[in-house]
Amino acid sequence: MLNINEILQTIEMIKDQHLDIRTITMHLSLFDCIRDDKTKCANLIYDKMIAKAGRLKSVGDAIAEKYGIPIVNKRVSVSPISLIGSSSGGYIEIAKALDKAAKEIGIDFVGGYSALVQKGMTPKEKDFILSIPEALASTERVCSSINIGSTRAGINMDAVKLAGNIIKETAYLTKDNESIGCAKLVVFANAVEDNPFMAGSFNGVGEGDAVINVGISGPGVVKAAIQRVNGGDCTEIAETIKRTAFKITRIGELVAREAACELNASFGIVDLSLAPTPVRGDSVAQILEEIGLSSVGAHGTTACLYMLNDAVKKGGVMASSHIGGLSGAFIPVSEDIGMIEAVKKGALSLDKLEAMTAVCSVGLDMIAVPGDTSASTISAIIADEAAIGVVNNKTTAVRIIPVYGKNEGFVEFGGLLGRAPIMKTSAENADLFIARGGRIPAPIHSNKN
Amino acid sequence: MRAILSVIGKDKKGIIALVSTTLCKNDINILDISQTIMQDEYFTMVMMVELPKNMVMQKINAPLQEIAKELGVEIRIQHEDIFNSMHRM
Repeated sequence: MLNINEILQTIEMIKDQHLDIRTITMHLSLFDCIRDDKTKCANLIYDKMIAKAGRLKSVGDAIAEKYGIPIVNKRVSVSPISLIGSSSGGYIEIAKALDKAAKEIGIDFVGGYSALVQKGMTPKEKDFILSIPEALASTERVCSSINIGSTRAGINMDAVKLAGNIIKETAYLTKDNESIGCAKLVVFANAVEDNPFMAGSFNGVGEGDAVINVGISGPGVVKAAIQRVNGGDCTEIAETIKRTAFKITRIGELVAREAACELNASFGIVDLSLAPTPVRGDSVAQILEEIGLSSVGAHGTTACLYMLNDAVKKGGVMASSHIGGLSGAFIPVSEDIGMIEAVKKGALSLDKLEAMTAVCSVGLDMIAVPGDTSASTISAIIADEAAIGVVNNKTTAVRIIPVYGKNEGFVEFGGLLGRAPIMKTSAENADLFIARGGRIPAPIHSNKN
Repeated sequence: MRAILSVIGKDKKGIIALVSTTLCKNDINILDISQTIMQDEYFTMVMMVELPKNMVMQKINAPLQEIAKELGVEIRIQHEDIFNSMHRM
C-alpha cells in the first residue's frame, strides 16, 4: 500500500516542480513510401503519417488525464528524407507533405528532414542538403538535421563546410522571423537514431516501422531534491540526483508502454533528459547553481554538469531496460532562464559553453550569434563541437542562429524556443582550415574490431 | 481500475461530504481514506477509489473539477500506477 507521503511527493513534483512528459514521439519508417514519382511519394508519406499517427494527440491527451501528468508535446519523426526522396528527387514536395500532415494531426513539429553524411556524401545527398534552407523557409513545422561526423568515421569536413553555408542561407530565407529556420536545424556528430527530442529527432535506418519513444524532463524536481540536501558532500548530491532520476524515468516508461500499446506501435526507449523551458524553476542552470555556483559559467561549472549528467544517466539506467536517445542534461541557452541571465551579466561565454558540451548530453544549443558571422566561422564552430563528440564517443550538436540583420541585443523566438541573447564569436577566423575540406580521420580508439 | 484522489487546499466545512457524494453519484467506491491538516490550515486528503470498469478518467474528472471550484481546493484523480511505478519496484 502506498503511503500518503509518497503520494504527496509525486503530486508535488507535478504541481510545483514542473515534472512533465516532455514529448511522446512516434518514429515512423518511410521506406515503404519510396517511389520515383515526386507526387506519389509525397502522397504516400502524408497518408502513412495520418494512418499511423492520426490518433497521437488524442491518445496523448487521454494518458495525460488518466495519470494526471502533463504531456507537453506530441511529435512525429521519420526516416531520413535524404534517403526516402533520393529516388524521386522531390525533397521539397516531401517537406510540404510532412508539414501538411503535422498540421492535420495537430502536432507542432515533425523531424527527419535529415541526411547522414558522416563519411561521404552522394550527389543526391548533396542536392538534399542544398534543399534544406528552402524546406525550412517554406514549411512551419518541419525540422531538419545533418550528421557530419562519428567516432567510427571521423569528421566529413566537406559536409561541415556545406553546413555553414546552409545555416547562413536558412537565416537569410527566414530573416522576417528572426532567422527562426535555424532553430529547426541541428548539425550532429554521433547522431542517435531514437532521440525523441526536436529539432534533431529522426527515425534511424535500423529502427522499426512505428516506434514510440518518450522524452521525460524535470529540472525543477532535481533542483528541489538538491535543495533538501543540507550541507551534504558531492557523493550525497550525486546520489540524490540519481534517486530522483530513477523516479522520473519510471513514469516515462509507464507512459511510453501505454502510448505504444494504444497506438499499435512498439515501445522504443525512454529518454530522460533534463530539458529546460523558459519558465522559472524549470532550469538546468539553476540546478548547477543549487549545487554551489554563484552563477552558471563560473569555474566549476563543467565539473557540476559532469556530476549532474552522469547521475541522471545512472538513475535512468536503473529505472528502465530501454534508456536511449540523448539521456542527460540539455543546455540550450534561449530556453533556460538561468542561462539567459548568466549570459546577460557576462558570466557565461561561448567558450565556457563549449567546454560544458564535453560533459553534457548534447552540444551548443539554441545559441544566437551576430548576423554577420561568416559561414566559415559557423563551420569552424561545428568542427570544434564535432571534435569533442567524435573523440569522446558521445553525441554533440550545434543549433546556432546567425540572426540576420542583428549583431547585438536579444532575439525573441517565442514559445518553448524562448529568447536568446546574441553572443559574441571570436574575432579571429578559420577560413583556410574550413576551405581545405576533406576528412578528419577517425580517432585511434575507433579501431575496436 | 483503482485511482488515487487527492484534495489539497484551505480547510473548510463539507469537503469530505461533497467529494464523497460526487463519487457515489458516479458509482465510484471509496477503498481507503487518509486525511490530515498541514501547517494548521491546509487540508490534505488522499483517497483510494475503485472506478467502474471501462470508465474513462475524464468522466469523473469533469464533475470533480466543478466541486473543486466550488470548494476553492485542488482536486486530482490519477490512476494508481503512476504512484506505484515511481515508488514500488
